Amino acid sequence: MFDPSYLVLNAGMGLALGDMIVQLIAFLILIALVTKFAWRPLMNVMENRENHIANEIDQAENNRKESERLLKEAQDELKNTRQSASKIIEDAKLTAQNQQDSILEEARQEALRLKENARTEIEQEIDKAVKQLQDQVATLSVQIASKVIEKELSADEQDELIKEYLNKVGENK
Amino acid sequence: MDHGAPIVRDAFGISGLDFNLSNVLMILVTSTIVFILAVVFSRNLQQKPKGLQNFMEWIVDLVKNMINSTMSWKEGKQFLPLGLTLIFYIFIGNVLGIMFMVVYDGELWWKSPTADASITLTLAVLVVLLSHYYGLKMKGTGEYLKGYVRPVPFLLPLKIIEEFANTLTLGMRLYGNMFAGEVLLTLLVGVMASGFLGFVGGLIPTLAWQGFKLFISGIQAFIFVMLTMVYLSHKVSKDH
Repeated sequence: MFDPSYLVLNAGMGLALGDMIVQLIAFLILIALVTKFAWRPLMNVMENRENHIANEIDQAENNRKESERLLKEAQDELKNTRQSASKIIEDAKLTAQNQQDSILEEARQEALRLKENARTEIEQEIDKAVKQLQDQVATLSVQIASKVIEKELSADEQDELIKEYLNKVGENK
Repeated sequence: MDHGAPIVRDAFGISGLDFNLSNVLMILVTSTIVFILAVVFSRNLQQKPKGLQNFMEWIVDLVKNMINSTMSWKEGKQFLPLGLTLIFYIFIGNVLGIMFMVVYDGELWWKSPTADASITLTLAVLVVLLSHYYGLKMKGTGEYLKGYVRPVPFLLPLKIIEEFANTLTLGMRLYGNMFAGEVLLTLLVGVMASGFLGFVGGLIPTLAWQGFKLFISGIQAFIFVMLTMVYLSHKVSKDH
């Protein structure tokens, strides 16, 4: 059973030139075909993925930077807005204060003016009333006098008499 | 048990042109299987890999790491297809002899193609020739020749011997491993075929040896490609 001869037979006895040629040609063809149909696409896909991942990482990094920038911008914007808002409120307060002052001032002056007008009107009224009274008093006193005296007076004497009475009225006043 | 090989001597009337038809058959079978596997496994390639594509990419990374461990990726990138084809071809060739062997009409037809010195040595010669070719191409003739007298000129004879020794060891290592595996497998199967007791006694060792041979097949394919990359890098790299 343990006959070493078939081991040698199994070895195919040394080198067969034909086999070598077949092997060489077959292997070269195999390399060419497999490279074209399998390795090349496979390597391309792997390379593409590598590039894709690298791009994605770059992009993510960029996005992060961009968002950080935007956040900072927004914060600045917010700060500016707050500042301008408080400024506007301040201005409005100031304006309101001014307006209040001016309205008060106007009102005060208006009141003063009204008071003055009223006073002059009253004085005029008083003057008018006094004059009317004087006229009436003159007429009345003439009638009274003519009734009392019942005598005709010349116009000169009458005037003199009236003036005399008037002066007396004025003194009484 | 006893079987010969279907050898055709002096084919086409050319003296010395011998064909071992079983080798020719197995070379074609192995090449076809490798081609079909590679193409089928590389179908439907996607950015997001799944299933078979993951397996293929694992192999690509394996060979890539071998190249990267011996030379720079810039120099070694072009050897990736060679390494991939080699590792597939040798592994499939090795494994083909594990499952069964077919003896027809007293002649052994189905076996590992790598269990034949002609085939492994052809691969080894191809690799060494490629290393010389790429050494000449990438470093220029002067630099290539200077490689033989570096670091000291009296090493020149050793360097020349080294080239042949490399070729021989590269081919013979694979051949020896695979051939020894097949011999032992043949013996074990012979024991199993000898009778009921032989079958019972030989079953466990046969299974164990088949598993171990599968392991050796992978290891030898790995070693062959690894050494290929080492030899290529010796010729190609500038820092050697």
